[in-house]
Amino acid sequence: MITHLLNAGDIDKDTALLILDTAEQMASVSDREVKKLPTLRGRTVVNLFYEDSTRTRVSFEVAAKRLSADVVNFSAKGSSVAKGESLKDTALTLQATGADAVVVRHPAAGAPHRLTQWLDGVVINAGDGTHEHPTQALLDAFTMRHRLGLVGRDLSGVRVAIVGDIAHSRVARSNIALLHTLGANVTVVAPPTLVPAGARAWPVEISHDLDAVLGEVDVCMMLRVQAERMNGGFFPSAHEYSARYGLDGRRLDLMREGAIVMHPGPMIRGMEIASSVADSPRATITEQVRNGVSVRMAVLYLLLGGAGEIAAAKEMP
Amino acid sequence: MTSWIIKGARLYGEDVADVRFDDGVIVEIGQSLTSDDAQVLDADGLVMLPGLVDLHTHLREPGREDAETVLSGSQAAALGGYTAVCAMPNTTPVADSAAVVEQVWRLGRKAGLVDVQPIGAVTVGQRGERLAELGTMADSAAAVRVFSDDGHCVADPLLMRRALEYVKAFDGVVAQHAEDPRLTVGAQMNEGEQSAVLGLAGWPAVAEESIIARDVMLAGVTGSRLHICHVSTAGSVELIAWAKAKGWPVTAEVAPHHLLLTDEFVAGYDPVFKVNPPLRTETDVQALRQGLADGVIDIVATDHAPHAAQDKECEWAQARPGMLGLETALAIVSATVVEPGLLDWTGVADRMSYKPAVIAGLYEPDRPGVLPHGRPLAVGEPANITVIDPRASWVVDPMQLASRSTNTPYAGRTMPTTVVATFLRGTPTVLDGKLTQGAR
Repeated sequence: MITHLLNAGDIDKDTALLILDTAEQMASVSDREVKKLPTLRGRTVVNLFYEDSTRTRVSFEVAAKRLSADVVNFSAKGSSVAKGESLKDTALTLQATGADAVVVRHPAAGAPHRLTQWLDGVVINAGDGTHEHPTQALLDAFTMRHRLGLVGRDLSGVRVAIVGDIAHSRVARSNIALLHTLGANVTVVAPPTLVPAGARAWPVEISHDLDAVLGEVDVCMMLRVQAERMNGGFFPSAHEYSARYGLDGRRLDLMREGAIVMHPGPMIRGMEIASSVADSPRATITEQVRNGVSVRMAVLYLLLGGAGEIAAAKEMP
Repeated sequence: MTSWIIKGARLYGEDVADVRFDDGVIVEIGQSLTSDDAQVLDADGLVMLPGLVDLHTHLREPGREDAETVLSGSQAAALGGYTAVCAMPNTTPVADSAAVVEQVWRLGRKAGLVDVQPIGAVTVGQRGERLAELGTMADSAAAVRVFSDDGHCVADPLLMRRALEYVKAFDGVVAQHAEDPRLTVGAQMNEGEQSAVLGLAGWPAVAEESIIARDVMLAGVTGSRLHICHVSTAGSVELIAWAKAKGWPVTAEVAPHHLLLTDEFVAGYDPVFKVNPPLRTETDVQALRQGLADGVIDIVATDHAPHAAQDKECEWAQARPGMLGLETALAIVSATVVEPGLLDWTGVADRMSYKPAVIAGLYEPDRPGVLPHGRPLAVGEPANITVIDPRASWVVDPMQLASRSTNTPYAGRTMPTTVVATFLRGTPTVLDGKLTQGAR
């Protein structure tokens, strides 16, 4: 088992399947009336969030609490970070207060990697700049397994399109790595300005024509275009971007029966995804969020707890 | 003053000879030299080179004395085999006036370990808006001849043209940090496969090459001397070769780290590998080594860039770019071009002593108070000498380096070639690989 979860590429196929299968078990815990496992009782999980995030932070918080861990939420706003405290000093402070695991979201790529130098505990990357968001890729894979009838299996042969700002997307990077590990075929679709130059070396097809790709895929994953890219000269206007790369009703009809629409959220309805598409039964957005808790429980469990506990958990009333 | 005889060294790695110097001047080179009053250094098996000259060093004083001072930087330089360094002006305040360059010059004289030749900024505050008082700095006690906005590019082509034209009046040279700022907004590392994987904004080679292409043409048109700092790409080497073939007055330097390290080292996000221009690819490394061997790249310049711990022990985006270089330069050159047979020690003397001195105006200085460097090991020349052991190896320990900072990318690495002794005008600054009593 890996020590930290920093990059989706660190997870080999067996580990990925173990995490996904464990998440299935965790999902059943969340369906009970008493949604608790005792595994992480007495352990402390710190959510170290330097960026705004409600969805991911709450997801990790709920996951840790369902495993009976003590949870501490640290948000950069209103903390000594605002007074200029360095990442290193913040880490050393957490270390001194006994954090067993630190879940970190930070605007700088590589911040979680640096933290492993200063912390004895487990470091889980909840999003580092434009680099990676490994648990997002895991919950996306979990969702695909469910919707495509592949629970318990890998994703061999599944065709996935990832559409949007690939260059600046940590969700894209993590998904590309994990999907490749699980045997899926990935096509990235974006205007050329939003595909990084080095992507030619990635195990993906690159397309600039969404209409051509849609009929061929089982999954269409849409990515938000961040506000700061709008004025970066990457495309002429939101209007043109939406027309060429937005998933509207017409494009939804181009997709195969059984193909699904995914989005890591938050969505900008009317920009990369039409409201009607976001609300259609083919869209998996809310179940992705629900699956996030199960997957994060699995990650915390496997990195902090023990495998023998799974059997014991099965016996709990 | 003292006399020394250095016995049995191979001069330029070639013929064995004894060298005697009195009062700072080489007085005799021969076999089996003796003297009643000379101190003797047994240099059997060692190589003697002229004292090295660094055209590109950051001494950080005034302003960031926590990272380095002129004294600690001078100590590092002497230990690296240097007898002269040119101090880049991106201090606080910027060295864009006679006042600041004279301060740096005075600090160098007070330290007395290497000759510190201040470089003056090209533009006021290095802001790239208008020329600094280049002539006043040239006429000052610091006798500035090299001008640079290093850290920043002189991006405005008209301003660059004016700077090149203006310095002709006093045989100055403009040393350009070639980086089109519009192409490197937010850039963190080389643009390529690694940056795509690591999610760090890329610094494309074209940002360096396009400025070099423009500036070599300006050098051709103006007939003024242009020097390109820290060349880092294969494409840049090609452009410089093209410019030289045209007969344009262009010189270029490479930093040791670009001869050895690639962007693959960025993978762990350790900011000790963050530098501007960034570490590039293996193709670039090989082209730079060949370029240095061929002489397309004229010199090795360390770009010694000390940084305080808090500027490197942080997340990548927050870290300041730059690596230490003075104490490891010779070892890197030994490992990357001498050992593979691309360059011999005579060539090293050319690239690390003679040519840097020529470019800096130190070889035949035409102004009072500036003493010569880069001179050959010959009778009548100043005894600026370094004695090295190419057979020895050492392990880089950041805490043992003389620099005030510890940001070396080679921590824990075993390197070839040690500096045994350095003499500045006949006075030893380093003996037995350590700073002499007076130097500490």
